[in-house]
Amino acid sequence: MHLTQSTVGRKLLMAVTGLLLVGFITMHLLGNLSVFAGPDGINAYAEHLHDLGPLVWFFRLIMLALFVVHITLGVQLSLENRTATPVNYSIKKRMKTTFSSESMLYTGLILLAFLIYHLLHFTFQLTNPEISAHNLPLDAAMRPDVFTMVVLSFQKVFVSLVYIVGMLALFLHLNHGLSSFVQTFGLNNGPSQEKVTLGGKLIAVGFLLAYIAIPVLILARFVNV
Amino acid sequence: MDLTLHVWRQKGPKNNGKLETYPAKGISPDMSFLEMLDEVNEGLIKNGKLPIVFDHDCREGICGMCSQTINGRAHGGQERTTVCQLHMRSFQHGDEIFIEPWRARAFPVVSDLIVDRSSLDTIMQAGGYTSCHTGGVPDGNAHPIGKPVADYAMDAAECIGCGACVAGCPNSSAMLFTSAKVAQLAVQPQGKIEAKARVINMTDALQAEGFGNCTNHLECEASCPKGISIKFIAKLNREYIKTIAG
Ligand code: HEM
Ligand code: SF4
Ligand code: FES
Repeated sequence: MHLTQSTVGRKLLMAVTGLLLVGFITMHLLGNLSVFAGPDGINAYAEHLHDLGPLVWFFRLIMLALFVVHITLGVQLSLENRTATPVNYSIKKRMKTTFSSESMLYTGLILLAFLIYHLLHFTFQLTNPEISAHNLPLDAAMRPDVFTMVVLSFQKVFVSLVYIVGMLALFLHLNHGLSSFVQTFGLNNGPSQEKVTLGGKLIAVGFLLAYIAIPVLILARFVNV
Repeated sequence: MDLTLHVWRQKGPKNNGKLETYPAKGISPDMSFLEMLDEVNEGLIKNGKLPIVFDHDCREGICGMCSQTINGRAHGGQERTTVCQLHMRSFQHGDEIFIEPWRARAFPVVSDLIVDRSSLDTIMQAGGYTSCHTGGVPDGNAHPIGKPVADYAMDAAECIGCGACVAGCPNSSAMLFTSAKVAQLAVQPQGKIEAKARVINMTDALQAEGFGNCTNHLECEASCPKGISIKFIAKLNREYIKTIAG
């Protein structure tokens, strides 16, 4: 199919899957921020998610498909771009591109590594079993105590650092990605580019600050069990 | 003024090349960059050495032949300036200048600073034309085209096919060049006939010729001596979406 093989088609698939992933991280963030509402916030949220049952698995499958398409095409396109430039200049000056744009493959791979750690940590609860919700007593309302797991986790400097690095990678990835998909969908008219780039940066900063607030505020003991 | 040049020397497509250093003495600030190279070549020829081989033709910024990456920027990086229109007054006495050919798999080096850009012609042959009869010269204005459309098409038609967009692109993508052709024809009635096949065929040719994929670095627009806007790449993307959507 042309869409999955051509230069523009694959770029469009990157943009569509990227945009849907942005949709996911928006919902995920809103859910996560409920940690600041205490056990009745995030524990209730986690229980509601679990009550969805098979729907959760359906959703996870979609997420998996999005990641597979996005990552496969991202690596493929990046490798092709490398072969397209076999000899490098002895000097190359950047005129307009940014560090974010040049490091998309690397920030993407850091995100993938982060994602694996994140799943092992909070979903499978294998990295810090002693403070995992599986092993902690249920909370006052007899729900798994996700709140205590999150707070005790982020009070560990190493765990918080992993999340902070992951979110910095997300910021760099979105700093290019958010303005890039506008252009990929053909929604630019030249002069609008500057504003789109600025808008993308502001939204990326917003994601960074909101996500990073969770480990940082817990590490600083603004939130306690 | 006196300068030191570091120039890419490569005998032929199969040879290995390297940067060689040459002094350029007594250069007038009024010379163009190519005239400066002519002077250096005179000296090389006098000393029995092979002159530096470089592409050029009109020397007035309209043909698109001159093609050198100067100090890491295509055409030297001055806004809307080809190498032939770059003047030595923008350099200073004592400067070191690095001169390299366009670098891209789709632009193999022929000799020194000359690269083979026929891959751009292949893209053009894949769809950069219309099949309708436009008549003779007097018929030029027989089919009225609104001013905004005409202006838009003219802005795209400003592309001189030099390849600086490829040279500047970290992915060696020829998307700016291709999009200028696609957009120029897509907005005009004569170009509508093949509009759907054109965007597919031209971008397929781009891929087959070994150019990279566009990832919106925007280096092309900044490198382009004719100020071709990336809005044409957005237009190409819209044309592609329209075609795929049926
Ligand atoms: C939370 C996860 C992620 C989100 C929200 C996300 C989002 C995005 C967005 C919006 C784009 C822009 C699409 C476009 O250029 O039109 C993009 C591009 C890209 N992403 Fe991701 N992405 C994620 C994870 C990853 C991962 C794990 C990789 C792993 C390799 C990756 C690699 C890439 C690459 C290589 C590009 C193309 C860069 C370019 O166009 O210059 N992404 N991403
Ligand atoms: S778009 Fe600009 S840089 Fe690219 S070939 Fe045309 S004139 Fe040269
Ligand atoms: S020699 Fe014609 S554009 Fe430079």
